[in-house]
Amino acid sequence: MDTTFRLAGGGEEELELGLGLGLSSGAYASSSNAAHSQVVGWPPVKTYRMNSLLNQAKFSKNEEETGVNGNDASKKKKNSKHENKNDEVVAKETGHSGFVKVNMDGLPIGRKVDLNAHDCYETLALALETMFLKACPTFTSIRREKQQRSRLLDGSSEFVLTYEDKEGDWMLVGDVPWRMFLSTVKRLRIMKTSDANGLAAPRYQEKNQKPKKKLLS
Amino acid sequence: MFPEEVLEHVFSFLNSHTDRNTASLVCKSWYEMERWCRKRVFIGNCYAVNPRVVIRRFPEVKSVELKGKPHFADFNLVPEGWGGYVYPWIVEIARAYPWLEEIRLKRMVVTDECLEIVAKSFRNFRVLVLESCEGFSTDGLAAVAANCRNLRVLDLRECEVEELSGHWLSHFPDSFTSLESLNMACLGSEVSFSALERLVARSPNLKTLRLNRTVPIEKLSTLLQRAPQLVDFGTGAYSAEIRQDVYSRLADAFSRSKNLKSLSGFWDVTPAYLPAIYSVCSQLTSLNLSYAATRSPDLTKIVSQCYNLQRLVVLDYIEDTGLNTVSMSCKDLRELVVFPSDPFVGEVDVLLTEQGLVSVSQGCSKLQSVLYFCHQMSNSALISISKNRPNLTCFRLCIIEPRVPDYVTHEPLDVGFGSIVENCKQLTRLSMSGLLTDRVFEYIGTHAKNLDMLSIAFAGDSDLGLHHVLSGCDSLRKLEIRDCPFGDKALLANASKLEKMRSLWMSSCLVSFGACKLLGQKMPGLNVEVIDERENVNSLPEYVPVEKVYIYRTVSGQRFDTPDFVRIMGKDKDDLFSDKGLKVAVLFCSNFGTFRPCCCTRSRSL
Repeated sequence: MDTTFRLAGGGEEELELGLGLGLSSGAYASSSNAAHSQVVGWPPVKTYRMNSLLNQAKFSKNEEETGVNGNDASKKKKNSKHENKNDEVVAKETGHSGFVKVNMDGLPIGRKVDLNAHDCYETLALALETMFLKACPTFTSIRREKQQRSRLLDGSSEFVLTYEDKEGDWMLVGDVPWRMFLSTVKRLRIMKTSDANGLAAPRYQEKNQKPKKKLLS
Repeated sequence: MFPEEVLEHVFSFLNSHTDRNTASLVCKSWYEMERWCRKRVFIGNCYAVNPRVVIRRFPEVKSVELKGKPHFADFNLVPEGWGGYVYPWIVEIARAYPWLEEIRLKRMVVTDECLEIVAKSFRNFRVLVLESCEGFSTDGLAAVAANCRNLRVLDLRECEVEELSGHWLSHFPDSFTSLESLNMACLGSEVSFSALERLVARSPNLKTLRLNRTVPIEKLSTLLQRAPQLVDFGTGAYSAEIRQDVYSRLADAFSRSKNLKSLSGFWDVTPAYLPAIYSVCSQLTSLNLSYAATRSPDLTKIVSQCYNLQRLVVLDYIEDTGLNTVSMSCKDLRELVVFPSDPFVGEVDVLLTEQGLVSVSQGCSKLQSVLYFCHQMSNSALISISKNRPNLTCFRLCIIEPRVPDYVTHEPLDVGFGSIVENCKQLTRLSMSGLLTDRVFEYIGTHAKNLDMLSIAFAGDSDLGLHHVLSGCDSLRKLEIRDCPFGDKALLANASKLEKMRSLWMSSCLVSFGACKLLGQKMPGLNVEVIDERENVNSLPEYVPVEKVYIYRTVSGQRFDTPDFVRIMGKDKDDLFSDKGLKVAVLFCSNFGTFRPCCCTRSRSL
């Protein structure tokens, strides 16, 4: 029997996994400059307030573009992952929150994902994979670097990602441009591919022009 | 021995829970007497006790207050589905307390079904306060509105509500006139304005009205005119095209609100409308402009007129200059809260520094409570603050970038925070940030004898830091830690301390599965919850650190409503007396030469 007790955190790797690695979509990942913005729940501002701020700050910054901030500041804001328009759309259309509920077939408990933390379907789907399909976080980041497709979007998984839109219809995720999706999504559901009513396996779409595929439910 | 009636009369003056708890420990007859006349029950952790136990002990309760999730749930650190369901409590108290009047819940999951039970079970229900709760929809609110004939308070603070429609408000019957307080600020959907106006008009006792964003500024004057007795008012979105008639009506309505003491709301502010509130500024004791994305000059003009202000909540847009004005004008200030306008900006374009806080600490002699977000701090500023304001009771400082040192000397901020705990002897709550070594914890353990709650992030060097806190802070009840290199040693060495606390949260630290299991085994009075969402969690070796651990004392044993990513450690009977458990305990204790004896004395005797 092993009688020596290794001090926790003996390996570098374990330390890395332990300390502040926030790859879940709950992380408020904004501009790629600030390292701390990758950390979940930091700074410690309540979610409720964060959402209100996101809705507002961009609103007022738009007004200040011509003010004292100067070019550099404006550019930085434009480059930030939370693109101004993005959040305004999210804010105005989804109400006060960028959070939407996600349920997965077979799991009684749903999760919430912050749409504001994403600017494309890929990162959203990868985040959801991490949450629900329990991919290892480090693996996900490697995949992200290699620009691999999410299995939820390319049809290779037994699950497919769908959403309910403002009209109450269930649609396949990925069919409409990202911003349009943001303005219309109410909630998400990870559905069994077999339940997606015999539709062709979903393929990841570039922002174009396939007509909406409506799922009959 | 006093006759019962006298005792009962004496107890009626004991209002605080701690006093009542103390009285009940004096002797058996006092215990009996007290439990029959306790009207208000406060349970700080819904999993610390079973509802039936509470009901058995206190049969005549009129008011129940419960808290659920740990504080860090506010920052997304507690995954959804963790727990905090109020349903089992609602079912039991509905059965046991038909005359219950008040329910206050914080960070709990409340379903529509719960609200329906509340609506139908309590004839004399008066007060519903839901703070940071979730799980219900506007349908649940409709049930409350329709059925609680004697409702006085409906207070939804920062809840996450599923908005099915704004129609819920119209469910208050025309015969309903008892409303005293309505806070719907967190709701997104639009309510019928005419229904709202009629409700306000027929509520002569309405003192608090906090609207949601959808109520337009043009309609505010109508409501203010209907309720001149209002004390606490929260606007909706405070923006519109600038129109003289709208402005005049609004300014006039405010000027007639002679009882107004508290203002909030102010979303999406159009600065030109702000002067409408000038006439009430000198009456205000509380002002919350933390959703007003407007710049310093506008804010400064307002605060400069708030001579009686006791509580100010504002964004960092107020800048040092604005806070300087506060320090000169708001001599009665007790509480200051400054939130960041943009929490993620790498570069700072707002001129709020440590200096603002120093000015307020100098000028406002009654300042007791501070929550301050900023980008830089120095030891000398902290020392000044502590010397200016030894009467501080709550000091929460968040320097937005983690591990940032004193910006002048580049040293850790140990000495600065040390000065805070040394000078502010009545400090009960402390949150720290910036670069901090084990030294700051030594100061805290030595001086912070009245500290009740401590929040630590990205700080410390070793287990010694945690040990200082656990062994030195005599009054500590709530400790929450994230991203610190604290591990098994300090935790196990201070296991018995954990039973004297409400709870301990540690996430992204170095506490191993093995230690959690051991703690759970050896301390039957604690639930040691490991919250870990990794896919391979069951195959991880015992020395690997857990993602998160939440430890709390409980008399109700382990709970059974956990999701799969929560494991309550060490409650399996098989593990309890294993050789491995004993060896681990002995090893830890022997490594701890200088520390207090821990739980191993029990294990040796086995």
